[in-house]
Amino acid sequence: MEAESLSGGFDNAPIASAHAFRVALDVMARPGKIGKISGALPPAPMTVAAGSLILTLCDPETPVWLAPSLQGATIADWVRFHTGAPLVANRAGAMFAVGRWEELAPITDFPIGTPQYPDRSTTLIVEMDRMTASGPTLRGPGIKDSIQLGLPDVKSFQANAALFPLGLDFYFTAGSQIAALPRTTKLEG
Amino acid sequence: MSSDYNFAYLDEQTKRMIRRALLKGVAIPGYQVPFASREMPMPYGWGTGGVQVTAACLLPDDTLKVIDQGADDTTNAVSIRKFFEKTASVSVTEETTEATVIQTRHRIPETPLTEGQILVYQVPIPEPLRFLEPRETETRKMHALEEYGLMHVKLYEDIARHGHIATAYAYPVKVEGRYVMDPSPIPKFDNPKMEMAGLQLFGAGREQRIYAVPPYTRVVSLDFEDHPFERGGAQQPCGLCAATDAYLDEVIMDDIGTRMFVCSDTDYCRKRREVGHVGEMGVPKAEDAA
Repeated sequence: MEAESLSGGFDNAPIASAHAFRVALDVMARPGKIGKISGALPPAPMTVAAGSLILTLCDPETPVWLAPSLQGATIADWVRFHTGAPLVANRAGAMFAVGRWEELAPITDFPIGTPQYPDRSTTLIVEMDRMTASGPTLRGPGIKDSIQLGLPDVKSFQANAALFPLGLDFYFTAGSQIAALPRTTKLEG
Repeated sequence: MSSDYNFAYLDEQTKRMIRRALLKGVAIPGYQVPFASREMPMPYGWGTGGVQVTAACLLPDDTLKVIDQGADDTTNAVSIRKFFEKTASVSVTEETTEATVIQTRHRIPETPLTEGQILVYQVPIPEPLRFLEPRETETRKMHALEEYGLMHVKLYEDIARHGHIATAYAYPVKVEGRYVMDPSPIPKFDNPKMEMAGLQLFGAGREQRIYAVPPYTRVVSLDFEDHPFERGGAQQPCGLCAATDAYLDEVIMDDIGTRMFVCSDTDYCRKRREVGHVGEMGVPKAEDAA
């Protein structure tokens, strides 16, 4: 195991994860809002935001699917060492999936939950180059009137929203920036 | 702060589990997410669910307010505030506007909440259909199929028997046009406030359920076209601060039936008295101090 895989965790886990979670909660409750999340320093190319989110939410109970570009030993070991989360190759078994949009799409083979347990669906962490506040118009719970967010795709997210109350939930990460798109958000344009 | 506890009492693994449930709850407004509720150092019914949700959300620099039926100074509220002062070293307040996190039992503060605030409800029975259908397997199916006819029958029976919908608290709501949700036993007077700028989180400890309502989410109280939802409210102004827009508690004054009505939201009432509002049974502020 590389030394890089052993460093870069939260300095003070209870406090750092509390701060990271409040940002994750805030952006999920307000889709389209861009927040700042930090605390973790994962090996490149994983972003600080994605790494912090993983350390906050993942543990031995949450199977994680890593995209091919993140499957190098350094990152896989980093996730295993700091969270204990099992890494899975099968998308159908993933509670969290991390990667760039090109690698995550098509998203149809991630679990979307069941009618009785719609919460049993995958949360996707989409790594982006940059976060922009312009793009498709978002409406729905958590959004006062409407808001814009730069997204890698529109059709897939519209199709996902149409599955409500089933569906996937998304985080978008770039550097230490984070935004979210729950299944309830409707996209226009 | 007593550093023998982990930050905010719960261990990190438990907090992660609760946090994952909270995020799915926010993503599916009104849906009850099962979670592995822990034993807390207080009995069930005293807010174990709310306390776990608050513990998973708190930051060291948060300002916490805890109310029980609107009051900041009741045993339950005081002990939960002290619990988090000790285990999370947060600062506490009685002022609604100062708080970043508010844990509540059975009331929504009269002062409207703002974007940065989180309201955590303590919930005894999270399942609105439970008294109509005792089996969890069945109620889960009913939510899955959006089969809420039974609830409307219950409200209809109210009308048939009493001439109006007699449910006064824990009045069922439909969230974002999909899930019927128990708003916890808040008076139906508070139901319209649930469409707010703050984030609402609900924790039921004994029943092991978490649910949420994001800001600006449609929350509609169930009713009929010919029997629309009525908010109800006070028949008279508050005895201390003369407020006519607040929810009032009835207080029995003696054994010959004298009674007074006062704001249940103690912070709201105190603020009004501080700026000079005086009710019929109140005393002006200067005299009060003397």
